[in-house]
Amino acid sequence: MEKTIAAISTAVSASGIGIVRISGEESMDVISRIYKSKGGKKDIRKAASHTIHYGYIYDGEELVDEVLVMIMKAPRTFTGEDTVEIDCHGGVYAMNRVLETVLKNGAKIAEPGEFTKRAFLNGRLDLSQAEAVMDVIQAKNQSALNCSMSQLKGSVKKVITQIRSELIYHIAYIESALDDPEHISLDGYPEQLLKVVKIQEKKMDHLIATASDGKMIREGIRTVILGKPNAGKSSMLNLLTGENRAIVTDIAGTTRDVLEEYINLHGITLKMADTAGIRQTEDVVEKIGVGKAKELAKDADLILYVVDSSTPLDENDHEIMKMLEGKKAIVLYNKTDLDPAVTTEDIRALVSHPVIPVSAKEETGIGELEEQIRKLFFQGEITFNDQVYITNARHKEALTDALASLKMVEQSIIDDMPEDFFSIDLMSAYESLGRIIGESVGEDLVNEIFSKFCMGK
Amino acid sequence: MKRIEEDFDIVVVGAGHAGCEAALAGARLGLNTIMFTVSVESIALMPCNPNIGGSSKGHLVRELDALGGEMGKNIDKTFIQSKMLNCSKGPAVHSLRAQADKQAYSNEMRKTLENQENLTIRQGEVTKLLVQDGRITGVETYSGAIYHCKAVVLCTGTYLKARCIYGDISNYTGPNGLQAANYLTDSLKELGIEMFRFKTGTPARIAGNTIDYSKMEEQFGDEKVVPFSFSTDPEDVQIPQKSCWLTYTNEETHKIIRDNLDRSPLYSGMIHGTGPRYCPSIEDKVVRFADKKRHQVFIEPEGEYTNEMYIGGMSSSLPEDVQKAMYHTVPGLEHAKIVKNAYAIEYDCINPRQLYPTLEFKKIQGLFSGGQFNGSSGYEEAAAQGLIAGINAAMEVKGQEQLILDRSEAYIGVLIDDLVTKENHEPYRMMTSRAEYRLLLRQDNADLRLRKKGWQVGLVDDATYQKILVKEQQIKDEIKRIENATIGGTPQVQQLLESLGSTPLKSGTTLAELIRRPELSYDAIQSIDPARPKLSRDVEEQVNINVKYDGYIRRQLKQVEQFKKLEEKKIPADLDYEKVGSLRLEAKQKLELYRPVSIGQASRISGVSPADISVLLVYLSH
Repeated sequence: MEKTIAAISTAVSASGIGIVRISGEESMDVISRIYKSKGGKKDIRKAASHTIHYGYIYDGEELVDEVLVMIMKAPRTFTGEDTVEIDCHGGVYAMNRVLETVLKNGAKIAEPGEFTKRAFLNGRLDLSQAEAVMDVIQAKNQSALNCSMSQLKGSVKKVITQIRSELIYHIAYIESALDDPEHISLDGYPEQLLKVVKIQEKKMDHLIATASDGKMIREGIRTVILGKPNAGKSSMLNLLTGENRAIVTDIAGTTRDVLEEYINLHGITLKMADTAGIRQTEDVVEKIGVGKAKELAKDADLILYVVDSSTPLDENDHEIMKMLEGKKAIVLYNKTDLDPAVTTEDIRALVSHPVIPVSAKEETGIGELEEQIRKLFFQGEITFNDQVYITNARHKEALTDALASLKMVEQSIIDDMPEDFFSIDLMSAYESLGRIIGESVGEDLVNEIFSKFCMGK
Repeated sequence: MKRIEEDFDIVVVGAGHAGCEAALAGARLGLNTIMFTVSVESIALMPCNPNIGGSSKGHLVRELDALGGEMGKNIDKTFIQSKMLNCSKGPAVHSLRAQADKQAYSNEMRKTLENQENLTIRQGEVTKLLVQDGRITGVETYSGAIYHCKAVVLCTGTYLKARCIYGDISNYTGPNGLQAANYLTDSLKELGIEMFRFKTGTPARIAGNTIDYSKMEEQFGDEKVVPFSFSTDPEDVQIPQKSCWLTYTNEETHKIIRDNLDRSPLYSGMIHGTGPRYCPSIEDKVVRFADKKRHQVFIEPEGEYTNEMYIGGMSSSLPEDVQKAMYHTVPGLEHAKIVKNAYAIEYDCINPRQLYPTLEFKKIQGLFSGGQFNGSSGYEEAAAQGLIAGINAAMEVKGQEQLILDRSEAYIGVLIDDLVTKENHEPYRMMTSRAEYRLLLRQDNADLRLRKKGWQVGLVDDATYQKILVKEQQIKDEIKRIENATIGGTPQVQQLLESLGSTPLKSGTTLAELIRRPELSYDAIQSIDPARPKLSRDVEEQVNINVKYDGYIRRQLKQVEQFKKLEEKKIPADLDYEKVGSLRLEAKQKLELYRPVSIGQASRISGVSPADISVLLVYLSH
């Protein structure tokens, strides 16, 4: 039986509707676990083929999205297998949540080009298309691979590599003891391993949490702060970073990496311009001139425009307002602690973007700003490269698999199973983590055994 | 010039552990078989360690036995000590190891070969392979005699252009001073076969009456010996056993070695062959594991016929005088007299990727090979390959389907698949970690896994096969019974559970659930299972293991199901990879080089990506 696969099959973008497709023998089981009709009584498994059903996707008790579900039973489907398509709300967040829920409930993330491959292998595509199918598979794999590698943050890769090297050491230890019981003893070892496993589990829990935030991947909403001199940009920045100390992870080596370029607003990552760090970016208009600011603004997903409410609008402001045209932006009406020289109404008359009164000095309005960013993000108003989320889903799945394997090791230790059972699941965890950083197992274990442990006659 | 010309079905070159199995298989399958050896006195010789089995190697022997091989039976007749290793661990890694009486082992095997119908034993060196139109047609010996045949099995072990080395002394001989085979390599090269040069080594043999055993720990065999062969009556192997002895090297030993490293041929560059990392010489251990204060040394008897002792753990190619000094630092060996020096041996072997998983050469039809010639190491690895090569040579001659065991069926399958599919840079040793489905590939169920295959090829008789069918049914019935047998918390049950340190029952459960508790077993709950039928010991063992580890076994079975799918997708032998568009260049080259027989095998070749496999699948289906 081929495993049941799922993926977002429309571009992940700010479009109104997105489709998550599930294909494989267990498709109907997967959807039945997460779908609830309006009345809550419909058994989606019993639905006739090629019918559409209105309802909701639930992740356990939590409502994920309001959807239309299309039930298509084999063989009259694109892949030739039982297929379910979930029409959900567009936008990165909604689609990704639906996909995540599907993955959590029994489907595996589709390999690049896998739907097409299955369609072909199940005789649903013309033989003359074989060549094209092969090209699609190879091309999609290449681009996915590149994306997966380049999107993974260096710090995450480092942690995964550390966990893997810890795991392979212990697998090798157990295996050398099995291969050479007269040289290497496992007395008292399970207790030691249990500690190691728990530490690794914790690290992986943390990575999974960051994966949910999208923090695992080197991408965020490209954000630029604009404003005329002395509007309070740097104070704004300090405030934002100060507010978000949570970004400093407990994993060594990640702090610098993150603090320099990224700000996290409760799971949404803002990537603060491309220049070498927040300090240099803060006075971008003054230092590198309007030209550079324009360039940054053009590429930005989001512009934060800081207005000094205590001075009248001047040509700098008008210049900046021009840059906001056609962009997603939030106007920060700063210095509300001072007497106003310009009102929010004045600004609203000039730009269509939301305006939020803030005081960097008194630290007010930050909550509203965050709320506004979240709103834009979840509604799909602001977004980023769609490959990234797919990559992240893949990484997360691999992490979840690895964690599940470690839990099994833990259980085996608690159940007092013989040591050879431990290494089976340790190896699975090692393999799953390897998928994230693009490394297969090969001769890793044998090499580790021979390099670390002295055995043999 | 007049010369001998004879006709045979199968020619086996070599009479080591691979050659013996190959020759016996060929002859037993009714084919006229001749076996060549450079010395009839060296049949089934054990030139290195005096034991058979050990972790994962024990599995190989049991599998070979289930298929109808000889090694298991032979060691059961000639062992002098036996141990089941890893008993405190899971059933999958229990492994038998027996100390052999080397002479008896060799003699007993020779007797079996001599009494085998259809089998001719011939002393002589095969120097040339005769090939016509990509097919083997015979062999030529040093004397010029020609032996026509339909299939050849090469099992030349470590004899091809062999060279033994210690210090700056080197002898162009095979192991133990035996004559090397110096011509066949050239014939192979002429046929376009790629050769490797590998190296291995052996420790010194010391006169037993010069060893002070009071300074060593005595190592006994098991009280209840389990035979290797499924055909051996367990009562027959309960014999008095010899002891082995354990001692250790120390800083003084290591200092002598370090001080003389420049005189080691390994470090001076005199040896070019690639040595095995798992079987390091003592100088290797001292260099690579410099922080270890001592290394174990096992003193093992070579047999009842001699007082020579094998110094396990201290193989070396250091000069004679250094060896003497170094051995003398070991407690108990202070006054030891060396009978035979330790030495390293270099020899020619092939790059095994030139073989199909049937062990037939891709380039030359009818030419098979097994054992160290294929780049493996160890008696058991050799015997297992010899058996498969012998069976497949016979199948080829008979025009019947060849035998390929896959990775989910046997350690033998893992061994051969690794050899023919992976890059191999050192003598290959079987290890339990190489078997990904090892919970299924246990030594206790080798008969259940492989008797049928042995029967299908014709090496296992009907009566034996019938027995396995009965055993299978009994196991199935009994598992079903205990999975369904419910039990409540009666005083008797609670009392038993308590006495075994197990939590009392709060509600009803099944016997199977009880067995799954870590502290319980099928045996342990016998007294609360009055309906239990009378079953043989090995049936009970299978029931216990299958019920106890049910969850794990199921998971592996599921993995195997996935694995089998790709194995069953065959790739035509004449596939032109150039024509498969979209394959990456590296994948094309590797696939062309290895010519895998199935999609599964292709997926294990390094440099072939999952996307390449998808592309291949699509290509093959149109």
